[in-house]
Amino acid sequence: MSSNVLKIENATMQFGGVVAVDNMNLEINQGEIVSLIGPNGAGKTTAFNVITGVYAPTNGKVDFNGQTIIENHPHGKMKKLYKGQNDGMYSRILEPTPDKITKLGMARTFQNIRLWKSQTVFENILIAKHCRVTAGLFAATFRANRAEENRQREECEQLLEVLGLQDVRNDLATSLPYGQQRRVEIARALATEPSLLLLDEPAAGMNPQETDELTSFIGRIRNDFKLTVFLIEHHMDLVMDISDRIYVLDFGKLIADGTPSEIQNNQRVVDAYLGVSNDA
Amino acid sequence: MAAKILPYLLGGISVGGQYALIAIGYTMVYGILRLINFAHGDIFTVAGFLMVYAAATMPLYCSIPLVIMLTILLGVLVEKVAYRPLRTAPRMSVMISAIGMSYLLQNLMWYMTGGLAKQYPTLPWIGDKITVAGYTTSRVTLITPFLTVVLVVLLVLLIQKTKIGMAMRAASRDFETAQLMGIKLNSVISFTFVVGSGLAAVGSMLYFSNYATVTPTVGAMPGLKAFVAAVFGGIGSIPGAVIGGFIIGICESFIKGAGATTFSDAFTFALLIVILAVKPTGLFGENLTEKV
Amino acid sequence: MKKNNSRRTLIAAGLIVAMLALLLVLDNVPGVPPMLLTVLRKGAIYALVAVSMNLLNGFTGLFSLGQAGFMLLGAYTYSVLTIPVENQTAIYQQYAGGGVHFSITESLSNAMGGFGTLLGVIICLLLAGIMAAIFAYLIGLPVLRLKSDYLAIATLGFAEILRAVVQYAKLGPITNGSNLLYGFTSFDSFRIGSLKLSTVMPFIFSGLCIAVVVLLINSTYGRAFKAIRDDEVAAEAMGINLAKHKRMSFVISSFFAGISGALLAMYQASVQATTFKAAMTYEILLIVVIGGIGSISGSIIASFLFVGCSEWWLRFLDNETTLKSFNAKLIFAIIFGLIVLGILVLTLWRQVKTGKLPVATAPGGKRKVLFGRSAVGPSLLALAVLAWDVYFVISPKLKLPLMRSGFRMVVFSVVIMVMVLFFREGIMGDKELPDLFGKRPKNAKKEAAK
Repeated sequence: MSSNVLKIENATMQFGGVVAVDNMNLEINQGEIVSLIGPNGAGKTTAFNVITGVYAPTNGKVDFNGQTIIENHPHGKMKKLYKGQNDGMYSRILEPTPDKITKLGMARTFQNIRLWKSQTVFENILIAKHCRVTAGLFAATFRANRAEENRQREECEQLLEVLGLQDVRNDLATSLPYGQQRRVEIARALATEPSLLLLDEPAAGMNPQETDELTSFIGRIRNDFKLTVFLIEHHMDLVMDISDRIYVLDFGKLIADGTPSEIQNNQRVVDAYLGVSNDA
Repeated sequence: MAAKILPYLLGGISVGGQYALIAIGYTMVYGILRLINFAHGDIFTVAGFLMVYAAATMPLYCSIPLVIMLTILLGVLVEKVAYRPLRTAPRMSVMISAIGMSYLLQNLMWYMTGGLAKQYPTLPWIGDKITVAGYTTSRVTLITPFLTVVLVVLLVLLIQKTKIGMAMRAASRDFETAQLMGIKLNSVISFTFVVGSGLAAVGSMLYFSNYATVTPTVGAMPGLKAFVAAVFGGIGSIPGAVIGGFIIGICESFIKGAGATTFSDAFTFALLIVILAVKPTGLFGENLTEKV
Repeated sequence: MKKNNSRRTLIAAGLIVAMLALLLVLDNVPGVPPMLLTVLRKGAIYALVAVSMNLLNGFTGLFSLGQAGFMLLGAYTYSVLTIPVENQTAIYQQYAGGGVHFSITESLSNAMGGFGTLLGVIICLLLAGIMAAIFAYLIGLPVLRLKSDYLAIATLGFAEILRAVVQYAKLGPITNGSNLLYGFTSFDSFRIGSLKLSTVMPFIFSGLCIAVVVLLINSTYGRAFKAIRDDEVAAEAMGINLAKHKRMSFVISSFFAGISGALLAMYQASVQATTFKAAMTYEILLIVVIGGIGSISGSIIASFLFVGCSEWWLRFLDNETTLKSFNAKLIFAIIFGLIVLGILVLTLWRQVKTGKLPVATAPGGKRKVLFGRSAVGPSLLALAVLAWDVYFVISPKLKLPLMRSGFRMVVFSVVIMVMVLFFREGIMGDKELPDLFGKRPKNAKKEAAK
């Protein structure tokens, strides 16, 4: 029975006078691969940032695995400025920092790659394991945590293998070609042992062959790591190939959602974003 | 009652105005370069020393403009040598350069003067003693606030109404875009240092007319306090820096009057921490969000 | 892998024992220049402060200027707890014999003899660090959220506040107000039989603390600090709580700064608040920069260099010397001329690196620097200065009262500025000493380009 992993309810994000995300309602179930598409500036990364706690939504709530993790309503200055809907619906204020959300099992990659430039590939992945460390400061400093450290290193080696990064494991992460850096970011996100993986434009800058590999790769890790995947993408072949469902965002509003074939035939989406294929 | 607080009030406004003049230099440079010019306080001190030497060798109507010009020259030179080469470097490097420059200036002054405190010359007319409401002080105390306000008004007019002022505002908004729009950043920055150093020179003349001993480290405290004033008023905002300067000057004066002299310095820093904890952007500052 | 590790540990252990033996010899053999011992002791202490600052600035990316304040706390805590009771009346003259009335080291040494003194010192050092750490924790709560420049000024402010508070008359019974504290257990109290340990002890204390920092840096928490330094947004996204880890780094750094303040008190055998001004923090910062931000071995090397130069090798620059004779002026002119040329070369080289000066690649691979407009200014300036230089040598009447008190610091500051402007990486960059002897992480792009 598929259960609700992520549920975004009436999420609105307003910066000053600009509404970047307008009353978003979205659901993702266990094991699904769901894509969020839309033109540039539509608010997709902003939506990611709201879900992961980088921004607190101006209004709305986010449930993760059945529990409300984020909730907010317009208050203070925003009370007067608020342009969105449903401002009376929510009473609590839950604004966890991103690290808490990651510890709950949500991990992400970034649109502009954010690897740690002084660290090697292996170290980048190993650092992501830190949030799963149970040893305290003293134990770790005086090496009383050997067993845990070795186990975590072993898990990182496995991730290197899964992503085909063993050859470059000792190279400085930011010295790699772009496509490989993206893989390091994914490995790093996986190291935090997530149940929901958020990928922000994972195929950006990839050629068609790499995009193909990425498509099958995402499917594989979804199965092997028992993940649910939520991704933002512009490469339509990847999106249509791999998604169970697609949400379409335009100017902050969700204008359509459904299976790939439904979306491809949705006139509104075609007008706003997809366009008509030349060899139609 | 009024007679009792009058000296402290006057003293406070006076020193506050001096802090304000120094604070403007800090806030302008920070607004554009995002740099805390640690050497600014030392430039203020150098101006003091220059006046000591100048007044001993030439008449005052020569030495005053000369001191101002030399101070401006020094400020621009510091920028060219210590800050411009590091324009693309990480922020910490530039700050370290500023600290290093401050260290160098202090050591240079120590070397040149042999470590002996110098006596600041009494400038005629502004150094004269006058009596106000039964309280005797030097004319400096009265002139400072007026002079400060006049200079600040002129400066604000410059920033709002002239082309170079607009360039300065653009550069402090968005450094890189201003450059792309054809603004000659180097000229704008040099001009900023010209104004800042000039005001510091004027401030030094007023300050040392009150506290007539000049030592190499005498400018460190006023410099830091002026910086706190700039932060308090909102870094990047000139009116804010001025108001901050006056507030700090007045509070300091009253604290000294209440007998807790050791704490007058500590008070300024406590104020800094409070404002940074409560409203880091200061009274008139603005918020900026980073795009993730 | 394992064989290598145990061999390296053996070598390291051997080196350490040899070094301690050497220090023991230096401490007890007559004829050793006292300056050498001064440099070694002070260098060891400054090494610890520099490492503590590097932990915060270099490894976690938090620019704090409050070290002097924490050193102050450590120094006072240590001395207050170790002044022997019978001396207290004399020392606390102004405050009617003071309010402490006990001494940890004294009590322990009465109970256990020499070992008691050592135990007492260790306890008091730890307490010194803990006191500093407590204040760091309290200060950290509001201040660590701030952006780098504001953090710097806020911590600087705190240090100044602490300095003022410690001198507050009402706290006099404990801190002796603005008067000196002295008479407490210092390094000279350490002996084994008749062997003096005055230089060995600071090395041991400092070395142990630095070893702990190294262990921390290489642990998972140390890696988390580096992640925060490199990109804190990504660090937070990967589950690292920024507030908690920044506070951790701040508290630990201050703990060791406190201990180093106590060590400094032991070295100087006196404590006064005015020693711990902002200038001291600046000196530590400059040491860290010279050694390389992010390199522990760099901080250690730079500390000894710094102390050596400022206390010993450059002292001659302070002697009153007026350059009058032709020979003297010639030597000066040559040195000065070389320095000017050196700076010119550095400036032009930097211009090449930033692209301001065009570089042509001739067929065959040799690169030649073309003369460009930006080279004109510095070259003309250098030429003018060199011309004055020559004139100075030739003209019989010109003499230069060059060297006198204060010249050493000027030369010093100029060297520092040159390092900051042209050698930002410092001596070691962000590498450690062992890295120079082993393999470094490869830069894949550079490898591919070969």
